[in-house]
Amino acid sequence: MIDKKRLSHLKQLEAESIYILREVAAQFENPVMMYSIGKDSSVMLHLAMKAFFPGKPPFPLLHVDTLWKFKEMIEFRDKRVKELGVELIVHTNPEGIKMNINPFVHGSKLHTDIMKTQALKQALNRGKFDAVIGGARRDEEKSRAKERIFSFRDKFHRWDPKNQRPELWNIYNTKINKGESVRVFPLSNWTELDIWQYIYLENIPIVPLYFAKERSIVEIEGAKIMVDDERMPIHLRKKAKIEKVRFRTLGCYPLTGAISSNAQTLPEIIQEMLLSRNSEREGRIIDKDQEGSMEKKKIEGYF
Amino acid sequence: MSKNLAATNIEQYLKEHENKELLRLITCGSVDDGKSTLIGRLLYDSKTILEDQLIAVKRESKKYGTSNEEIDFALLVDGLQSEREQGITIDVAYRFFSTDRRKYIIADTPGHEQYTRNMVTGASTANLAVILIDARKGVLTQTKRHTYIASLLGIKHIVVAINKMDIVGYSKDVYENIKKDYLQIYEKLTKSLKKSKDSIHTIDFIPISALKGDNVVQKSTNMQWYEGKALLEYLDTIEISKDINQKDFRFPVQYVNRPNLDFRGFAGTIASGSVKVKDEITVLPSGKKSRIKEIILPSIGSSSELVSIQEAFAPMAITLTLEDEIDISRGDIIAHSKDCLTTSDSIVAMIVWMDEKPLELGVEYEIKRATTSLNAIFEEIIFKKDINSWEEIKTDSLELNEIGKCRLSLTKEIACDPYNKIKGTGSFIVIDKITNHTVAAGLIIDATNSDKKKRVYTEAEIELNRYIRKHFPEWRCISIEEKT
Ligand SMILES: Nc1nc2c(ncn2[C@@H]2O[C@H](COP(=O)(O)OP(=O)(O)O)[C@@H](O)[C@H]2O)c(=O)[nH]1
Ligand SMILES: [Mg+2]
Repeated sequence: MIDKKRLSHLKQLEAESIYILREVAAQFENPVMMYSIGKDSSVMLHLAMKAFFPGKPPFPLLHVDTLWKFKEMIEFRDKRVKELGVELIVHTNPEGIKMNINPFVHGSKLHTDIMKTQALKQALNRGKFDAVIGGARRDEEKSRAKERIFSFRDKFHRWDPKNQRPELWNIYNTKINKGESVRVFPLSNWTELDIWQYIYLENIPIVPLYFAKERSIVEIEGAKIMVDDERMPIHLRKKAKIEKVRFRTLGCYPLTGAISSNAQTLPEIIQEMLLSRNSEREGRIIDKDQEGSMEKKKIEGYF
Repeated sequence: MSKNLAATNIEQYLKEHENKELLRLITCGSVDDGKSTLIGRLLYDSKTILEDQLIAVKRESKKYGTSNEEIDFALLVDGLQSEREQGITIDVAYRFFSTDRRKYIIADTPGHEQYTRNMVTGASTANLAVILIDARKGVLTQTKRHTYIASLLGIKHIVVAINKMDIVGYSKDVYENIKKDYLQIYEKLTKSLKKSKDSIHTIDFIPISALKGDNVVQKSTNMQWYEGKALLEYLDTIEISKDINQKDFRFPVQYVNRPNLDFRGFAGTIASGSVKVKDEITVLPSGKKSRIKEIILPSIGSSSELVSIQEAFAPMAITLTLEDEIDISRGDIIAHSKDCLTTSDSIVAMIVWMDEKPLELGVEYEIKRATTSLNAIFEEIIFKKDINSWEEIKTDSLELNEIGKCRLSLTKEIACDPYNKIKGTGSFIVIDKITNHTVAAGLIIDATNSDKKKRVYTEAEIELNRYIRKHFPEWRCISIEEKT
């Protein structure tokens, strides 16, 4: 029997995340929220709208555009921002533009480093943000499980896993010196299933790429890569076949593998996830390089 | 699990799973008692571990594995690279799994002495503690320490999991003896804390083998003599809805929301109790009174309509509006006028020191309690608690991982509650003003006004104080002038 005065796990997670977002707004001078257009970002934006209702979130969104995101992602981003009336900052690494970085030519590692890692650092330095809100969850990857909700970064955006501030109750230490910053993860305690259930319950809009549809697909090194534009080399494009697929995570189209699927509704996506035996990171090419690679990247100043 | 329902009727599955409860637990044990193995087993058996993760773990098991078993469950849990190389867990890590009834968050903390700080951190948010005892070793000094910390942090439920029963031939005698020993030390603890026995609400014992899976998820066939539940069923059914104080309404104001001139809302999370529209409230520490006009549940309704409700309760995140325009800012506490809390500028608290640099008496630290930030000075360490023998020791310093009862004077009055009554308004962290580190956790025992305020300084004293603060800031002299 559900007690009248009891919050369900999703409502409790929601309340905790809202508390965290309000804490950022109250304690920092220049916060920003990372907006990657994915499902976690969609949930985070939804929570931010709730936290400050009837006002708007008192911080802008930041999207690091690598210029290789799926077209549908960018369309979705611009539509959402307009609908909600929130401020959006878009940053692309100008050196990357000059170098004409192309993952098909330069490979995933260089592309990710210049267009994502370096670009993010530039955007953060330029904006002089003292708090950067991100959508990472602790269930995503092992090194995340130990990260604090308010995670301290030094002047060079570095994370020191051995020297983290203890985090007790819901009392977050928000003290920093000039030039330092914190990364804040309001979705820390959500799992992938929580995210999907919440999207379903609250009817949160997400990019259509999450739903199965017939798409033009090329197999590249075992990954199902979608032909999103003409920049995919012609010899690859020629091999394209129509397949019914969807994406479990979204990123740069040449680096994001699709999965075969028939799931066209949210319940079907959740069903597929519950019955599947693989984690959502499976499709992400950058993580496969090396176990613990995320941890290394974070120590180096990657998100 | 109800994977079957998910396969046959997903809509029904989603309906049933919307309303789970959230249970946070901490696993405590000494190194090698089997914490990581137990957590790994829970994750594995609840199908939280997925195929590709499992393949990675199997690959890693060969590289780092300390177990001869096919899968080293501990590796599912032990994350950081450096840590895997050392073969031990080094910090607090959070793990998740769910059953049909509940979502679980596990704080995994290691059992080394120097890591009291980690256990206190993990315990601060836990509803329940699983205390692991190695069946071969029985109740150890560490067990006393874990029990003390669990009880200090106000954890309402303790389960003593007597692990590695497979090695002691699943012996009932071994189990019964350990249970008896444990109850004995528990008795001593409640006496030493001068607490009533129900300060921890439940204590239960389960004989398990984390490695083989006995009584973890399935009831063991190797221990027919044990009549209780397997651990997971126990966790699924223990009553936790009464853990939070639903009597005394406390609302720390977190954020003043002023999107336009017509709206002035006070956003925050209810720390305890519940509130209704029209209730008469008092704002502390100012003491100003008003009534609740609206309770707004965060909503993003596409129109400009507010979604308001009649009643809200802890731990909901809401926005309140009041009938009168009174001055309220972040850090204030809103409570019912009929059962208000006291304000004070002097508190007695249990302090857990968490920094390499020891506590310094007479130095100003910053304190963060709920949404209130203020400065404080440790005036006195009343005693230090030996967490192994539970003796109270006279001392004038508190070092890393030590716990002591201290008296602090605050630079302004705050409204507070004893931690035992309301966690949200009775707990605080201490921040070093130079390094910005979180150096301690505090649990309020008592708040009494100091007589400091009664002392009247002469003009000359005030002048001198001002002069020193102006010209010698590095002395970190505090102001004696009346604060407004
Ligand atoms: N025989 C037996 N060994 C166990 C059991 N639980 C854990 N172990 C072993 O004890 C060792 C330490 O376990 P681990 O989970 O790493 O302990 P932790 O330090 O508390 O995390 C490992 O070699 C485990 O395989 C058990 O129930 N029975
Ligand atoms: Mg371990």
